[in-house]
Amino acid sequence: MKKGIFGLSALALTTSLMSATAFASEEVNIYSNRQANLLNPILEQYTKDTGVKVNIVFAKKGLADRMKREGRLSKADLLLTTDISRLVEAVDFGVTQPVSSDVLEDNIPAQYRDPDGEWFALTSRVRNIYTSREVYGDVANITYEELADPKYKGQICTRSGKHPYNVALISSMISHHGEAEAKVWLEGLKANLARKPQGNDRAQVKAIKEGVCSIALGNSYYLGKMLKDPKQVAWAEAVNINFPNQENHGAHVNVSGMVLAKYAPNKGNAVKLMEYLSGAKAQEMYAEVNMEYPVKAGIKASELVSSWGEFNADYMPVAEIAKHRKAALRLLDEVKFDL
Amino acid sequence: MNHKLAFSWHSSSWFIAIMLALPIAALFYQAIGPSADVFQHLIDTVLLDYVQNTLILVFLVCFISSIIALPAAWLIAMCDFPGRKSLQWALMLPMAMPAYIVAYIYTDMFDYAGPVQIALRGVFGWENASDYWFFDIRTIPGAATVLALVLYPYLYLLARTSFLEQSTSLIQASRMLGSSPLSSCLRVSLPLARPAIAVGLSLVAMETVADFATVNYFAVNTLTTAVYDTWIGYGSLTAAAQLSVMTLSVILLFVGLERFARRKQQVFQKSMLHEQEVRYQLTGCAKLFAMAWCWLLVFAGFLLPFAVLVNYAWHYFAESWTEEFFQYSANSLILAVIVASLAVFCAVLLGLYRRLIGTKYATVPARISTMGYALPGTVLAIGIIIPLTSADFLLNDITELLWGWTPGLVFTGTTFALIFAYLIRFSAIAVGSIESSVDKISPSLDMVTRTLGHSPNSMIRKVHIPLIRKGILAGFLLVFIESMKELPTALLLRPFNYETLATYVFQFASDEMLEQAALAAIVIVLVGLIPLIFLNRSLEQQH
Repeated sequence: MKKGIFGLSALALTTSLMSATAFASEEVNIYSNRQANLLNPILEQYTKDTGVKVNIVFAKKGLADRMKREGRLSKADLLLTTDISRLVEAVDFGVTQPVSSDVLEDNIPAQYRDPDGEWFALTSRVRNIYTSREVYGDVANITYEELADPKYKGQICTRSGKHPYNVALISSMISHHGEAEAKVWLEGLKANLARKPQGNDRAQVKAIKEGVCSIALGNSYYLGKMLKDPKQVAWAEAVNINFPNQENHGAHVNVSGMVLAKYAPNKGNAVKLMEYLSGAKAQEMYAEVNMEYPVKAGIKASELVSSWGEFNADYMPVAEIAKHRKAALRLLDEVKFDL
Repeated sequence: MNHKLAFSWHSSSWFIAIMLALPIAALFYQAIGPSADVFQHLIDTVLLDYVQNTLILVFLVCFISSIIALPAAWLIAMCDFPGRKSLQWALMLPMAMPAYIVAYIYTDMFDYAGPVQIALRGVFGWENASDYWFFDIRTIPGAATVLALVLYPYLYLLARTSFLEQSTSLIQASRMLGSSPLSSCLRVSLPLARPAIAVGLSLVAMETVADFATVNYFAVNTLTTAVYDTWIGYGSLTAAAQLSVMTLSVILLFVGLERFARRKQQVFQKSMLHEQEVRYQLTGCAKLFAMAWCWLLVFAGFLLPFAVLVNYAWHYFAESWTEEFFQYSANSLILAVIVASLAVFCAVLLGLYRRLIGTKYATVPARISTMGYALPGTVLAIGIIIPLTSADFLLNDITELLWGWTPGLVFTGTTFALIFAYLIRFSAIAVGSIESSVDKISPSLDMVTRTLGHSPNSMIRKVHIPLIRKGILAGFLLVFIESMKELPTALLLRPFNYETLATYVFQFASDEMLEQAALAAIVIVLVGLIPLIFLNRSLEQQH
């Protein structure tokens, strides 16, 4: 038995060392909070176009901590993430370095990047309000504020309040109305829930289809994905997608984005990849494959997404939202939103 | 009994214990963020609810697991009925299912919007939820039931091993004194199996406390929720670690109480190799009940969710089949074998060390080494990164100084970190399993062996190891299967482009698109079955 153990350990060590040294010369290393399967089509295209190999580690949590710990020895060149708070957090962690690139500045509008070039957004996604076609017909102009109106009691479904997408929405309410008013709103919203917060954004649409509720919060691209899935298309067709607050401050928008690692060993390639991701080809793929809104001006959303209509995004810069994240989390705890 | 041991015994036992405890110590030592105000905020708001939920959940999971596992273990070990031979390993199958996958399948199935309720509404013409009553799956009892369904095999395996190792002469004696089979079970077999049951339950409890993904599907907020909130949300890893360890100490307290309660009780196996089997031949209702009970467990814990996975895989085969599958399977398999071997090696060393030294201090290494099990995986992963990156920096500084060359991240950037993490996470299982076997060896055997002139080392080789063989196999099996399923530490600590089956499945499951990863989930289960069947045969050989 002992011999077996040593043999295996030796094998493990060899494979370990192989994975440590098996890097080609032209390459770029990504830590990603986004699923690899969402990025792969774009990254494969990048490798095809440039010959640069892309290595990736995907995890939902903790990659910024890992980068921080690895310090100057870190092999990571780029961190890709969803949610503006994560981007700002990476900067606060001190694991990023600024990039100054005309290409990036041309491609990405100013409200979607850090003024100092520490982070750049790649796509934007709207926090929509889905309504039941059966109950509300084709249009329902419900604002985020109205979700707390007692007339919607027992009608609203959402995923956990602690999910970054909801935290960002609550942060935006704080930035518009202040903390005290946002708390009253959050309490009202909780009182209107049809059920304890649960599931993901798709599950809320499904719940509308099944008549559990008639109003739900959800990101825009989920609807597109559900319409493409033969098993989920019936759920998606039961709802209408609404862009809230078009009359005043606009619909809440969050972003996915990227930062350049402080100790990026392949800095040149990393910046090239950043430029590539903000460029026309990648932005079109983001729009087509993931059904997100591209940030680059002139690149259209996919045909399906465009068919949902034009909308005004919240005028508040996304970076503002990140500032209120901790306050939003505190409010969620105070009103026991998920309990 | 106290044996004089070579220095290497002391040093290696303590070395292992310290290595395994390093990440937890590191979490404490590193002040990453202020924790006081986060704590105060939690206490003012949700902490009490979380604590209450956690306690109820742990109690329910342990309770339901006992109801499920103990009768099954006793029936399989002590009775004979049709299908027993298949059931004895089939009952362990739920263990091969990752809990979050079973959770996904069951919540999906029994939700208001799930197929079961839709079908009921269709059949009975109910319009909405107010027309009928149906249990809500997304509750603590729902979560506890599903967790118990996948965790009971720990208890089953340990209790069954214990029943099999019990001296049949005791049971024969109780029967001759007029006990019925049932009262003999309650008054002799169960009390004799108490150490194994305690270990099994503490494993179940620790697994429940550390779980995040499963309770998350059930929208049940436990202390793990608070741990992740404090770390990811409020940015205080210190507070998160403190919360984790607080939970852990509650469990250790219970384990300690149990040990204290039976401090004067000593149970030793006296079974001889060629002892006759005494299995009750079940007939009539008893036979039917035994069969129904056992198969129901296999059905609910394994067959049903597995069938759902097969159905998904069938519908989404084109999307889910990738050529890298063999690579992922090989990665998972190699990792699991290495970790299980190392864990068993450490556990044997620590278990025997404790026995041979026999002092209070000697139990410390074994206790320390089990602490990693109850930490939520991602927090543990961060805890592991801390000492490993320090080691990396040290190594790089040395090579830089000596040869002007740096090897980079040797420990954290490779599978070394994964092996280390798994070992810390699962050594508790091996330690528990082996300890409960070691405890059953009568000290008189040691005395005889030493009187006959054997050294401690030779005694271990010739007496102890053969006698704890079943514990070793059980420990290996449990660690192997856990390693196949392990997700959170694998996600965060893996090298570039390295996928295990579990991380591959998670890409999809994290977006509630399990359908597309069903095939990989099936492979996790199937690969997990290989040692299960193989080891079951070894476990059974003497009986």
